[in-house]
Amino acid sequence: MADPATDPAPERVDVLVVGAGPAGLGAARAARAAGARVVLLDSSDQVGGQYWRHLPPERTSARESTLHHGWERFTALREALSTDEGCRVVTGAQVWAADRGDDGPPVVHAVVGPADGTDRTTRAYAATSVVLATGAHERTLPFPGWDLPGVFSGGAAQALAKGERVAVGRRVLVAGAGPFLLPVAASLVRTGAGVAGIVEASRWGRITRGWGTRPWELLPARTKVGELGGYLRDLAAHRIPYRAGAGVVAAHGRDRVESVTVADLDADWRPVPGTERRHDVDAVCVSHGFVPRVELALSSGCATADDGSVRVDDEQRTTVPGVFAAGEVTGIGGADLSLAEGEVAGLVAAGALPGPGLLRRRATYRAFAARLHAAHGIRPGWTQWVDDTTIVCRCEEVSAGELRRSAELTCSRGLRSLKLTTRAGLGICQGRTCGRSVEDLLERSLGPAGLLDRGRVSRRPLAAPVRMGEIARAVPPLVHLATPAPSGPVPGEESP
Amino acid sequence: MPLKSSRVVVVGAGIVGAGIARDLARAGVDVVVLDRSATAGGTSSSGEGNLLVSDKGPGAELLLAQRSRALWRDLPGELAEDLPADFPDLELEDKGGVVVATTPAGAASLLAFAAQQRRVGVRADVVGPDRTRELEPHLTREVHAAVHYPEDAQVQPVAATEALLASARRRGTVVRQGVEVLAGIRCGARLTGVRTSHGDVTGDAVVVAAGPWSGAVAHRLGVDLPVRPRRGTVLVTTRMPHRVHHKVYDADYVGAVESGDSALQTSSVVESTAAGTVLIGSSRERRGFDERLETRVLAQLARKALVLFPFLADAAVMRAYGGFRPYVPDHLPVIGPDPRLPGLWHATGHEGAGIGLSLGTAELITDQVTGRTGTPSAEYAARFAVDRPTLVPHLQEAA
Repeated sequence: MADPATDPAPERVDVLVVGAGPAGLGAARAARAAGARVVLLDSSDQVGGQYWRHLPPERTSARESTLHHGWERFTALREALSTDEGCRVVTGAQVWAADRGDDGPPVVHAVVGPADGTDRTTRAYAATSVVLATGAHERTLPFPGWDLPGVFSGGAAQALAKGERVAVGRRVLVAGAGPFLLPVAASLVRTGAGVAGIVEASRWGRITRGWGTRPWELLPARTKVGELGGYLRDLAAHRIPYRAGAGVVAAHGRDRVESVTVADLDADWRPVPGTERRHDVDAVCVSHGFVPRVELALSSGCATADDGSVRVDDEQRTTVPGVFAAGEVTGIGGADLSLAEGEVAGLVAAGALPGPGLLRRRATYRAFAARLHAAHGIRPGWTQWVDDTTIVCRCEEVSAGELRRSAELTCSRGLRSLKLTTRAGLGICQGRTCGRSVEDLLERSLGPAGLLDRGRVSRRPLAAPVRMGEIARAVPPLVHLATPAPSGPVPGEESP
Repeated sequence: MPLKSSRVVVVGAGIVGAGIARDLARAGVDVVVLDRSATAGGTSSSGEGNLLVSDKGPGAELLLAQRSRALWRDLPGELAEDLPADFPDLELEDKGGVVVATTPAGAASLLAFAAQQRRVGVRADVVGPDRTRELEPHLTREVHAAVHYPEDAQVQPVAATEALLASARRRGTVVRQGVEVLAGIRCGARLTGVRTSHGDVTGDAVVVAAGPWSGAVAHRLGVDLPVRPRRGTVLVTTRMPHRVHHKVYDADYVGAVESGDSALQTSSVVESTAAGTVLIGSSRERRGFDERLETRVLAQLARKALVLFPFLADAAVMRAYGGFRPYVPDHLPVIGPDPRLPGLWHATGHEGAGIGLSLGTAELITDQVTGRTGTPSAEYAARFAVDRPTLVPHLQEAA
């Protein structure tokens, strides 16, 4: 056992919130309102998350409020927390590991400081309750040519627009699926880019069925509908065409993208032969959806649902006592749902109860989220637009053909084996970008039998890259290391 | 009882099962491989791919390691005839190992150990400071003794497992994934097959090669075998220019391998892969099939690795993975027929050496099952028998 005198024990807090996007900010504020001492961690150098990403303080702009939905709500939250002595906001805090407890919340390990700095400090937190508000990463489906310069994910383009005020091109096509395409296009327009059009993969029939069934249920979410309506009005004002049931199936160019091929897609997102048309563009922004960032939840021992999101109950409790999850990590639903879930999680984590108004608000936005998935969720036919030369794993440059061939040669039905014989997903991003696509493409090659260990790509005990020196400093040395075997079992060392 | 032209059921599609399937198939035996999950999904995909002689003292296991090492040398040529040219590369590399003592006490025991190994034919060259620096320019200067083991090598264990299975398949072996063994089928006192999640599979012999899960499989078949998991953890850095050229260990490694202590032990094993990442092992801990990775273990691994290679302090670690080694109380593999249940055979308990020892194990099982002679396996077979004196007390305990 480590000597308690030399052990820099993890810092004790009531509620630790990981992630300072809408869910995390909402959770921190609510936990404070219920009287808990709170630490809020975020890897970025400012709070707000991806949704409220904004210019750094030294280059503020009066225009932020026009670029951001709900900007006033964000600034109010930020103000409230930054002036509150019971809440410590730690930015630049990269959480890299969660040490699972036996039947309670994990000890959370972070390195704090600039990501490229070599003098980051290591910190550990032992909280009574942990709220995981780690958000989601964007999913862009691969297509031939998607690795050309000039092809951006929607999130990257939006980040350049919101965080840097940089337009990615002069004639830009926005493609993929879901309402996120609208704010991407809108932020491009506001930075002066010419948007050639928006191409949505789902067909109108599915979109109207998904969104239009029992439309009165959406009435309480009319601010959300209003937000999307606002984007649509913007786009109409700029005469930006919106096309449903089509997708970018290839990008072309020598040194960077010069044109794209757009084809009609059927209900399962299979390209319809004969409908391919070339469009000249100098950039394309593609986004097909979002994948919950569940690394810390999995390390903490939380169960996930079939779609890979963290399972929570009505009070945002995960399956691990003392661990809560809120926002996109529990399923993709947008900022309003994230905020409501965060508030519920924060209250319950602090020992309070959410009021009926808050629960109603959350229910409303949950209905909205279910519709979003029904209308825009990724369909399996997309694998048909990938050819053998398409790079799937960009870190390790593994093509769809190599994946298919390795599956043929080894006959393995193991994702783990196929990753290790192709190196797909083994690069610096650890499959965060390509993992789900690798699974989908392998399932196409393997046929109905399929993979036996699907879902394994999300297990990443290291939630972020961390330097060896930082790992070495993270935990004090063990004193019992060189001593002979103890006479009885060492607590925690051996399971019965 | 030669079983040529008969049928053998192999339980486990890791490297040991794959090697056995291929060797039996080459001897003309009809083989079915069953795995409850996918190929190469357990211990075989959780290690570094060690083909080592350096960590073994004189004895049966070293003989098996030396024989296996010879078989690994022949394997690429044999596979080239069996497999298409674009089959995933085995990344078999004769890189050699360097074992380093960083304390005076460690130096004395390392040099004594190397001397014993040399007497039984292991190349264990004691190297001075200049030669050490030549072999590993970025190694710490705090070296009290270093021994170069040119015979140590590395292989990509998953590619190797898949290649062995593909080679077996070419000779008629059937590999069934997602098929779990539930119970044994007996005819009188003899095991004649297994009941599975997907129907019965019969055979003249059942070979259990399920690594750390072999004890559970044996139990379902009606006998107890004291195979337990011993947890290990590996750190992987991002790609970098090659600055670690051999398998480099601190001399504690040998002690940790041979220890029966259940508490955490770590010793450094540092090496580069063909892809340019650096792997850092290895921890040993007995804690059941507990899958969680703990920062205290990662921190210990990192600290020990930094003693050997201080430059790694700024290296970015992008992945950590863990696995379970099949551990037997007397630290020797269990290879051979089970005298308590005719028809049942074991090939497990290789702990951290299963990749290296797989080919020799396969040869030994094939010799015994088919009655083949002419290989050196008779020299060491008895030492791995299920009823060897050092294991018998544990068998009684388990039963």
